[in-house]
Amino acid sequence: MIMGIFKRCFVSKQSLLQADEKNTMLKFATSKVLYSKQTKAFIIPAIAFLLFLAFWHVSASSIITSLGQVPGPSQVWSQTIVLVNEHFQEREKAEKFYQRQVERNAKKLEKNSDAKVKIRNYTGNPTFIDQIGTSLITVLTGFFVASLIAIPIGIFCGLSSTAHKAMNPLIQIFKPVSPLAWLPIVTIIVSAVYTSDDPMFEKSFVTSAITVTLCCIWPTIINTTLGVSSIDQDLKNVSRVLRLSWMTNITKIVLPSSVPMIFAGLRLSLGIGWMVLIAAEMLAQNPGLGKFVWDEFQNGSSNSLARIMVAVFVIGFIGFMLDQIMLLLQRKVSWDKTAEIR
Amino acid sequence: MSNAYLNISEVTIDFPTENGYYRALEKVSLGIDKGEFVSLIGHSGCGKSTVLNIVAGMHQATSGGILLEEKEVNEPGPDRAVVFQNHSLLPWLTAYQNVELAVDTVFKQTKSKSEIEDWINHNLELVHMSHAKDKLPSEISGGMKQRVGIARALSMEPKILLMDEPFGALDALTRAHLQDSVMEIHAELGNTVIMITHDVDEAVLLSDRIVMMTNGPAASIGNILKIDLERPRNRLELADNEKFNHYRAEVLKFLHERHVKKDAA
Ligand SMILES: Nc1ncnc2c1ncn2[C@@H]1O[C@H](COP(=O)(O)OP(=O)(O)OP(=O)(O)O)[C@@H](O)[C@H]1O
Ligand SMILES: [Mg+2]
Repeated sequence: MIMGIFKRCFVSKQSLLQADEKNTMLKFATSKVLYSKQTKAFIIPAIAFLLFLAFWHVSASSIITSLGQVPGPSQVWSQTIVLVNEHFQEREKAEKFYQRQVERNAKKLEKNSDAKVKIRNYTGNPTFIDQIGTSLITVLTGFFVASLIAIPIGIFCGLSSTAHKAMNPLIQIFKPVSPLAWLPIVTIIVSAVYTSDDPMFEKSFVTSAITVTLCCIWPTIINTTLGVSSIDQDLKNVSRVLRLSWMTNITKIVLPSSVPMIFAGLRLSLGIGWMVLIAAEMLAQNPGLGKFVWDEFQNGSSNSLARIMVAVFVIGFIGFMLDQIMLLLQRKVSWDKTAEIR
Repeated sequence: MSNAYLNISEVTIDFPTENGYYRALEKVSLGIDKGEFVSLIGHSGCGKSTVLNIVAGMHQATSGGILLEEKEVNEPGPDRAVVFQNHSLLPWLTAYQNVELAVDTVFKQTKSKSEIEDWINHNLELVHMSHAKDKLPSEISGGMKQRVGIARALSMEPKILLMDEPFGALDALTRAHLQDSVMEIHAELGNTVIMITHDVDEAVLLSDRIVMMTNGPAASIGNILKIDLERPRNRLELADNEKFNHYRAEVLKFLHERHVKKDAA
């Protein structure tokens, strides 16, 4: 009997304990959920990145090249700062150069108000940051021209299967051609055709931009064609029943419904264009990132490898940003706000 | 027969397939009077949509043809508006803009800007959709989308309104509401309507005649049932109406018999 009471006491105490345990476990579980969300969003990528840096650091120090040790993360970082500083120094120099001229001209005018004065342009070397600017302008020009050509062609091919049959072999043949193969052709044609005494654009710019265009035109054509040819049959029927004019059909039905596919193509194109540009600039000597890499490679100083690696990161980062901007645009113009776009 | 408002005469159609031609319809003939409400009923795949599409001008009959007011029909046009089964609204346009697209193409020359605006609003009102006219299709229910689809078709002032299972995708209650709306509109405007349905009650409730089609291949019209019920019709009163139930039974019997035949074959 007494034992029984004891037992009961014991049991109830135990169940109490259990309840307590359950509570803490519950708390633990909820904090675990929160924790796992944070880890996914931030901690895991951060850890991966740190691991990458560590791996890089260790493996870099064990490889000796003709230019010395392969630079590790810290050297690359310090070169980044050097490159940025060089830019500001160069800007300062330029400013001083212009200021000197202004002062000199003012003095000249003081002596003789009829004196002819002139401001000469500063002809310093483009800095790394100038080169980034040049590259961006070049790739966007090439991409813009490509889009202007590719979207209409894509729409045309999507609407007419005859046009598609006619275009398809050409697309398939030219799509895989490397920019390095296009470049000599483009260079020669540009130098033959683009002749003017006071050209608005540098030849190297035109050559690079055209090479970008040639390489990034295809994904947009293919995706636009696909988007236009897979318009919902019901919507096509609506267009037929309403007897929409050709133009209304394009603007009200064809374009809106293929916008997601067009943008998928444009994103691919811009990615390819950016990749192609670096190679094109190297060979065409367009003063952008490609030329920067090439010059550093030719230069062969002890810092060259680190500086090229800075360029690699910048190229990668800009490529990523360009893609994100396209994504933003795509979200903005897409009518289907619920569709997940990534 | 030949002087009917809409004359479907001996329509035969062959669809090209991998192994030769498939004859979907054979010698389908039907005359429809102005203001008449006709339902097409039949088993799935028998060719109802094909009949409708030929009338709409989306398919060409292999032989035979369609005469609307004695003029031959061989391409789509706004005089034969279609209400599609799955609403087919343009997802990037609001309810108002969807109707506007139709009104603009039909009345651009004849109506002024403000008249067009009034006309769009009037049609949205007709289907009780004025309150949601600025919503996108993705923001309204299936029934509401179908209402907008009907408003779009009505706004073209078609000679014939063609509806392909207009309420097929809706729940029973919404469907009943829309049926009532269609009856109201039909009473008010006196449209000529061809409607495809799988719902026997719906067919009997709405129609002046029910056209029952035989199974394909080479489907044709099996039987035509005239529905002689007073309008306006009320679904609750008709539920115990002897005539109504008789018509219902007739249609069911037809469908069932055809089904058995098909199984035996
Ligand atoms: N464009 C086409 N090409 C080939 N065959 C077709 C075509 N359109 C319809 N058919 C065939 O014609 C027959 C009738 O099709 P239809 O769509 O008219 O049937 P339905 O009665 O509307 O069926 P449901 O009730 O399922 O909508 C079917 O066997 C179908 O496979
Ligand atoms: Mg059908």
